[in-house]
Parts: sequence; structure tokens; C-alpha cells
Amino acid sequence: MDWTAFGLSLKLALWTCVLLIPASLLLARGLAWSGARAKPVIEALLMLPLVLPPTVLGYYMLVGLAPTHIIGKLLGGIAGRPLVFTFPGILLASLIVNLPFAVQPMQRAFESIEPNLREAAWVSGLSRFGTFRRVELPLAWPGVVSALALVFAHTLGEFGVILMVGGSIPAETQTLSIAIYDRMQAFRNGEAAAMAAALLAFSFLAIAVVHVAAKRGRLARGVGARS
Amino acid sequence: MTLDVMLAQDAPILLHVGLTCASGELLALIGPSGSGKTSVLRAIAGLLPVAKGRVACNGAVWLDTATDIALPPQARRVGLVFQDYALMPHLTALENVALPLVGLDKSAIETRARELLALVNLEGLEARRPATLSGGQRQRVAIARALARDPAVLLLDEPFSAVDQMTRERLKRELVALRARVKIPIVLVTHDLDEAMALADRVSIMHRGRTLQSGPPEDVRLRPGSATVARLMGQSNIFRGHLAATAIADKPGRLAFRDAVLEVGATGPFKAGDVVSWLIPSEFVVLHRRGRPSQGDRENPVSGIVAALTGLGEQTSVAMRLDGPDAHILNFRLATHAARRNELAVGAEVTVSLLAAGIHVMPAESLGAMAKLIATHRRAIGAIRRQVQNASCAIRICAVSPTSTPPPLSPKTPSPATTARRRCCVRSPFWPRR
Repeated sequence: MDWTAFGLSLKLALWTCVLLIPASLLLARGLAWSGARAKPVIEALLMLPLVLPPTVLGYYMLVGLAPTHIIGKLLGGIAGRPLVFTFPGILLASLIVNLPFAVQPMQRAFESIEPNLREAAWVSGLSRFGTFRRVELPLAWPGVVSALALVFAHTLGEFGVILMVGGSIPAETQTLSIAIYDRMQAFRNGEAAAMAAALLAFSFLAIAVVHVAAKRGRLARGVGARS
Repeated sequence: MTLDVMLAQDAPILLHVGLTCASGELLALIGPSGSGKTSVLRAIAGLLPVAKGRVACNGAVWLDTATDIALPPQARRVGLVFQDYALMPHLTALENVALPLVGLDKSAIETRARELLALVNLEGLEARRPATLSGGQRQRVAIARALARDPAVLLLDEPFSAVDQMTRERLKRELVALRARVKIPIVLVTHDLDEAMALADRVSIMHRGRTLQSGPPEDVRLRPGSATVARLMGQSNIFRGHLAATAIADKPGRLAFRDAVLEVGATGPFKAGDVVSWLIPSEFVVLHRRGRPSQGDRENPVSGIVAALTGLGEQTSVAMRLDGPDAHILNFRLATHAARRNELAVGAEVTVSLLAAGIHVMPAESLGAMAKLIATHRRAIGAIRRQVQNASCAIRICAVSPTSTPPPLSPKTPSPATTARRRCCVRSPFWPRR
């Protein structure tokens, strides 16, 4: 078991969740009730990381983040050093790859809230923020939990893009899933097996959390009830 | 406290509305589905923006497009009860009622919310979620929540549509009791005439986004301003005629209706010679006793044959086809025992009096509107006829024993009579199949 890789994976997953979930929450809420003409385009762009081969996404990110590229130069300037083959680089990649996993469940959750519940809240005197805090967020909470679990699990297991952008530098960009690949290539099957089992357990846990959250959400809202 | 509403817009939803509702008054907004009733409530509450309009309550202006005032719903003191109640599914009954209570400390909020739940007879159900409440209980939570804001006006959108008949009656009684306690204008939206007649101090008739007439329910029902209002108030005996003489002092006016001349108690603003539509509410139609003329029989006698009888328990509803070329149908009701005593049956000849005091004269409806209406009625009658025929066919099939072959019910090739009738249909579109 490579504890350094394990720690790095956890660190990446936590940072991804912390940065991505709040931003996606606002994005999802905005999209859910938006009548904007650009909405399908934005939705398609958000879904793109899901269908794009990781190597393709990784290729563009690698090229884009390289110090020779304008974006890479700009971001590298902010970070103080080039982003390719560094932890901030793979974090950025992870944020982009996980966008659909964060936005989708929350957008669906917001969309499922009856519009007249928000109107009822306004008529009850609740401000827009009060309505968000006391009505929308509690009702969309199962979606937030789903997004959290999905993003966490998916970040732990992400392989292609991380490898492309980060390479496989121990203690910097070698996450658990890359470490497994690394050990297998070196015929250290025992270590690979232990790490694979750890990832399996984590993934199972994440999906279980999603299901429990969804079930509790349905119970709280009253299955089959009119309002 | 008075609620004053004026709305004028053509798109996206046509709304031309003028309403007032005084404090303690219950105004029922009546109209068919899609006539814009709910939109009016939403506009009052600030949920629906309107192109032009003014909404003022108790001196406070909530909306005035002339001076660019449009307060958001949060700033209007309205209590709105949604048609499906819109209770928060994740909150308990108590929390739902406490939602509008802000600016108080926690214990004060809870005390007030409990008081409101007690006001609508829901003690003991504070901790229940809406999913575990019955329809009637949910409606009461919604009313309590609407009152929690200490509203200046209470708006109810079809409040009894989502509950069963028994609960509905109880909730109506509770609403009457509640009215006595909250002295604010109440606007009730409904498509149920009986509900409006029973509860409202005043009604306002809406049709295709316009308020056509407002007034006390009986006034609007008996003295509608147009044939459209009369129909929306459930009146069916609307005919055309022309005024032969206006009523002066205690001398009745005279109304020419086909080959008869009817006495009319009041003729309104119309002049002799005017073509008018007129209405006789069914309670002013009096059946003559068979073979024994009685007092009052001389008053506007009209005869015809019974076209249909519908038993409604204690009451029987009679559709009578008047003698003459146009086959006008006159509808009235009488006690079932009276119908039995007079041996009323389909095809029986009857004579009725149209009481002069009940005849109400209105502006003549355009012929186009009438033709459209007649076509609709004929279609409806045709549909009923077909149903009756199908039913009798079914009975015939049942009567035949299973071993024998049933007689052919509808010939594949049309008989000469059918063909003739079809040709007739083509020639005269207003007189289709019978």
C-alpha cells in the first residue's frame, strides 16, 4: 500500500469537492430555472468531459497548460510556476473532469422543486436568499449529497487525464489509481491488489451514500403525495 | 380596508379586469377554466407581471404601472392559498405556518404558529409533514400559513377543488366562521357556481380574461347584463324576441316572442321595437296543473311537449320543447312528487306560465354567437343521443339469449332514409343528424 499516493488521492478529492461543489451549486440552480437561449449550449459544454476520451481532454489540457501556451503562461504566472506535472495542475484538470458529476445531480434536484413552492415562499415574505436557504436548499439537499459522493469517488478513480497532465511523479501527481498502474507495470501485484481493494471499498461507500441520501430525500418529501 | 384592482393587458395573457373588494367582504371570481381567474390572483400577489394596471389595498399602492410602482410579492401583505396548497414538503405543519413569521424571537414564533393552527382546528397535528395530512388538513395548514403573515387581503385559489365532497362542506362552514374573525377582503376563485352562490357577498364574472359583471350573486344571476353572463351563471332559458312596448309604472311591458306576446315586469333601458335577448330563470317557470286551470295561469302561458326528464332525487329537471317552428327548449325544475302527480313523461303535452316578474331583458346577442352556440348544443345533444342508442343496443344484446344470433343492429348499406338524411345534412349545416 502506497500511503503517499493514497494521501495524495484524498487531498485531490477533498480539494476538488471543496472548490467544485459550491460553484456548481450556484451554476446548477441558475441552469435549472433558466430560460436562456444559450442554456442547451452551456449544458452540452458541461456534459462534454463525460463523453470526451480522457486522453483527448488530457491532451488539450497538457497543451493548454504548457508554459509555451498563452493560457499556461497566464495561469503559471498566477501560480508562480508552470502548472503541468504539478498538484495544482491535476487539481485544475480534476475540477474540469468532474463538472458534469457535480452539476447534473444538483440541477436535477433543483428542477424537481415545484415552482409554486418558491412562489409560496415569496408570498410568505421570504426574500430570494431566504427562499434559497429555507426552501430550495433543503429540498435539493439529496442532489447535493449525490454530487458530493460522485465527485469524491470519481476523483479518487480518475486516471487518464491525471496521467496526461500530471505524469506519474510520486508525492506530487502520482495518485492511487496511477500508482496501481505503476505497480502492475513493475509486476508488484500484491501492492496493486491492496490499493485496488481500497479504491473498490471507497467507491462502494460513495455509491451507498448516494442511495441512502436519495431515499431519505424521497421520504422527507413524501412519496406519492400531492404536495 | 378595500382592495382595488385594475388590470389591462393584451399579451401574453389577455386580462382586462376591474375589481373591488371591501373589508370583511367575500368576493367570488367566477368563470370557466382558462378564463384568467388564477392569473388575476397571481397579479394581485405580485407573481404575475402585467403590462398596465393598478393594485391598491387599504391605501397602500402595490402596483401602479403609470408611476412605475411594482412591489415584489414579499412587500405585498397578501395571504395566498394556492390551488394545490403548495405546502413545503420538508417542513412540519407548524414549521410551514411559522415560515412567514419573521422578526420575532423563537418562542414567540412557535406560540403564534400554534395559535394559528388552533384557529383552523388543527391542534395536535403540529409535528406532521404535509405528506401525512389529508387534503382537508393540508388546506387548513395553507390557510393558517396565509394568515400568519397578518395579510391585508386573503386570496383563495379554488380552495375546495382538491378535497372530497364531505370535507368540502365542512371546510366551507369553517371558511364562513373564519370570515367573521378576520376582517379583511377575501377573494375566492372558483368555477363552482353553487360554491360561489353559497359563500360570496359579491360575485364577479370572468370570461376570456375580462370581468363582465360584478354584484351580489342573486342580482347577477337574475339580472345579468348580457346573455354570456347569464349562461356563465348557469342560466339556460335564453331566447330572442323584440320589445313591443316598454313597461311604464305598474303597466307591464310587452315582448313579442315568435307568435306570442309576453308580459314583462321590467324592460330596462330598451325601447319599443328593439330586438333583445331575454331570460326566464327556471324558478319563474310554473307548471300548469293537468286539467285544472288555477290562478295565474293566464300569465304568459306557453305550451309544448316534454323532451327529456332527469330525476335529481327530490328535484326533477324538465326540458320542454316549445310548440312552433324553432323547437326552443325551455328548462325548469320541480319537486319530483309534483312531476309524478302531473304524470310528466317524455312526449307529454304541458303548459307552463312564464312569470312576468322573472323575465329579464338583455341586449340582443349577435347572431354569429348564437349560431355557434346552437351548433355546440346540437353536437352535445347528438352525442347524448348516440349514447342512449348505444345503451339501448347493449340492452337488446343482453336480452338475446347467448345461443341465438343477435339481430343486425346497424345495416352496413345505408337505407334510403339514411341517405336522404345525409343529403339533408350537407344542405343545412345547422340542422344535422337527429
